[in-house]
Amino acid sequence: MRQEFTLSIFSENHIGILNEITIILTRRQINIESITASESAVKGVHLLTLVVKTTPDMVRKIARQIEKLIEVLKVFVHTSDQIIYQEIALFKVSTKSMMSGNILETIVKDFNARILVVSPEYMVVEKTGHKSEINELLVHLEPFGVLQFARSGRVAITKQVKELNVYLKELDEAHRNKAETIETLK
Amino acid sequence: MMTDKEVEETTAKVNGFENITGAEAILKCLIEEGVDTIFGYPGGAIMPVYDKLMDYDHKLRHILTRHEQGAAHAAQAYAMVTGKPGICFATSGPGATNLITGIANAYLDSIPMIFITAQVVSGLIGTDAFQETDILGVSMPVTKWNWQIKKSQDIPEIIAKAFYIATTGRPGPVLIDIAKDAQQEKLQFKYKKCNYLRSYNPHVPLNTKAIESAAIMINHAEKPMILAGHGILLSRAENELLQLAEKTGIPVAVTLLGLSAFPSGHRLYAGYLGMHGNYAPNLLTNEADLLIAIGMRFDDRVTGNLKKYAKKARIIHIEIDQAEINKNVLVDLEIHSDAKEALLNLIPLVKPNSYESWIREFRICDKIEYDRVVKEETKPETGKIRMGEVVKLVSDMTNGDAVIVTDVGQNQMTAARYYRFTQPNSLVTSGGMGTMGFGLPASVGAKIGKPDKQVITFIGDGGFQMTIQELGTILHYHIPVKIIILNNGFLGMVRQWQEMFFKKRYASTELVNPDFIAIAGGYKIPAKKVTERGELKAAIAGLLAEEGAYLLDIDIDKEGNVLPMIEPGASVSDITLNYKG
Ligand SMILES: Cc1ncc(C[n+]2csc(CCOP(=O)(O)OP(=O)(O)O)c2C)c(N)n1
Repeated sequence: MRQEFTLSIFSENHIGILNEITIILTRRQINIESITASESAVKGVHLLTLVVKTTPDMVRKIARQIEKLIEVLKVFVHTSDQIIYQEIALFKVSTKSMMSGNILETIVKDFNARILVVSPEYMVVEKTGHKSEINELLVHLEPFGVLQFARSGRVAITKQVKELNVYLKELDEAHRNKAETIETLK
Repeated sequence: MMTDKEVEETTAKVNGFENITGAEAILKCLIEEGVDTIFGYPGGAIMPVYDKLMDYDHKLRHILTRHEQGAAHAAQAYAMVTGKPGICFATSGPGATNLITGIANAYLDSIPMIFITAQVVSGLIGTDAFQETDILGVSMPVTKWNWQIKKSQDIPEIIAKAFYIATTGRPGPVLIDIAKDAQQEKLQFKYKKCNYLRSYNPHVPLNTKAIESAAIMINHAEKPMILAGHGILLSRAENELLQLAEKTGIPVAVTLLGLSAFPSGHRLYAGYLGMHGNYAPNLLTNEADLLIAIGMRFDDRVTGNLKKYAKKARIIHIEIDQAEINKNVLVDLEIHSDAKEALLNLIPLVKPNSYESWIREFRICDKIEYDRVVKEETKPETGKIRMGEVVKLVSDMTNGDAVIVTDVGQNQMTAARYYRFTQPNSLVTSGGMGTMGFGLPASVGAKIGKPDKQVITFIGDGGFQMTIQELGTILHYHIPVKIIILNNGFLGMVRQWQEMFFKKRYASTELVNPDFIAIAGGYKIPAKKVTERGELKAAIAGLLAEEGAYLLDIDIDKEGNVLPMIEPGASVSDITLNYKG
């Protein structure tokens, strides 16, 4: 049974890592629904957030294959209920639509969106939320003439307890202890 | 007054550095890592390295093959028989792309290798310069790791990393692409081996709870079987495997690449698994109540139809690569570990035992296989010479002590079935990829790695012609390999499938062959054609007695089939013993 999974992939900031990951997904014919890449909270560590639709069995397999990549530190797989996540969307709407009174403003308010820019020709609406909410807002804005629409990939925060920096610290310590043991054995 | 150069050198020395070119640094790194043999082929972009190689020829022996694919296979075979990483050089563009089959082959068979390719000067990278290929992009799916160096200063660190990655954990090939100007530019050289990368943890702490569970499962099993793979050899755990088997009395079956990890003549040897493997271990996989899989990956050629695989058995999987666990077969107990470490911890916990009636089932199957397949294949009295009888004779006449190299196809399956392996790492074959053309260059690498052993290559008339130019390497370096062409005038394995599954329509499988004896003569390799059974023994004796290289071209039954066979899509227990068209 296919369902949506969010993969949080922590890696070294290395050229080509995205290529290596997509090779694994492409081989298994898995489409990337959304992708976000940026630096993580830990210095030098990159965070890639991928959303894929596949089976639990397949996501486990690909997660292990991704984690096997030399520069990947850790892969976390989450179902939607295990994370807090958002996407951001920007809508460019013709200013003429303001003529239609304050209907537009009401929509923006109802959707918890906001107006970022207003110029004589157009205005830009920003909405942060889940994909479905953004889609719904798009439907509501379309009658006013959406000139441009852009949305980001998913960003996600996990509910899990053990944070990556704790994990990294453990790794470094384990290595240092091992090195020391070897040193004392000599 | 000191010249600028002298000032530079003195300062470097005081600081514990040496001021050398990137090309020299590459060679020094290799020496630091214990390398003494390199296989390769030069070209424009790698010329600085080859030039420096002349100054290091007392420490680094370079073998010039006749094709980069040959260099890759030879280096792989060298790695397989020595346990040291295989080293291979090639130039940019076509030199690098010619390596790809060899790299992919090493990747699927988990062989530690370092490929060093040259790249056009850094300023031209990305411009479609002459002989530029994106070898990082091309090799990415078939390497454990790859990297491009554009600055000479990065050479020591990256090469150290390459060795660490290639040789630890599940080993594999690594490719380092080095721009020509980085080879020419000077650097302050100092070498430090790599033993830690925070994103790569080849050593997983052993889960002792899992080992205890495994011992309990083993101690309670009634029909257990060990499935030993290449991981046993890679982790040098042959002795531990033997101890586990002998203490528990559990029969040991091996995969193709696991052959030679357990002595073929041992009373607990259950045979070779898979499509053309032995009858007993395949059939009884579906009778076993416990499979202990060690350092193997449940390849489809081993499992046959997964829906009908080992349904009565619980499965313990000891495997260093976690991505292989629960990939093809869902297991009951996973032990993510190095094979040797797991076995060392497991052996004290298992009870001495014996499974006489279970072992008897294997012997009954062996008898059936002997009567219905082996006897006719290894001791035929009439008809043309058969592959099995050649391999059996070679096995008997070398006491199972040779290093056997194979190509791919019927020759490979027959060698795997009928040679009695007694020494670890004595089979060099292309497992995961099944690369035709592997055999001849691999024999070069195997012989260089194990100069004191007889190295004998079984090869088909098709595969021989895929890398036949390596006869030139054999001539050039006087490599005393023994080549046996099992010549059936067909792409035999494909013809067998055509016979069995395509109504005997022999589409593009019959070969018009050259005179192999004349070709060998051209390379000054003594050779003999064998057509009659009566000449066979003497011919093999002549091959074994020859000091230098030697080639036998043996006429084989044109339409011989390798049996038994698990037909594609069939279950391991539906293994076919007889095929009568
Ligand atoms: C490079 C490559 N191309 C094609 C194949 C497919 N293939 C597998 S076995 C085989 C026939 C090999 O014929 P030959 O070398 O004469 O050996 P035989 O089977 O007769 O022993 C072929 C074509 C392959 N394994 N490798």
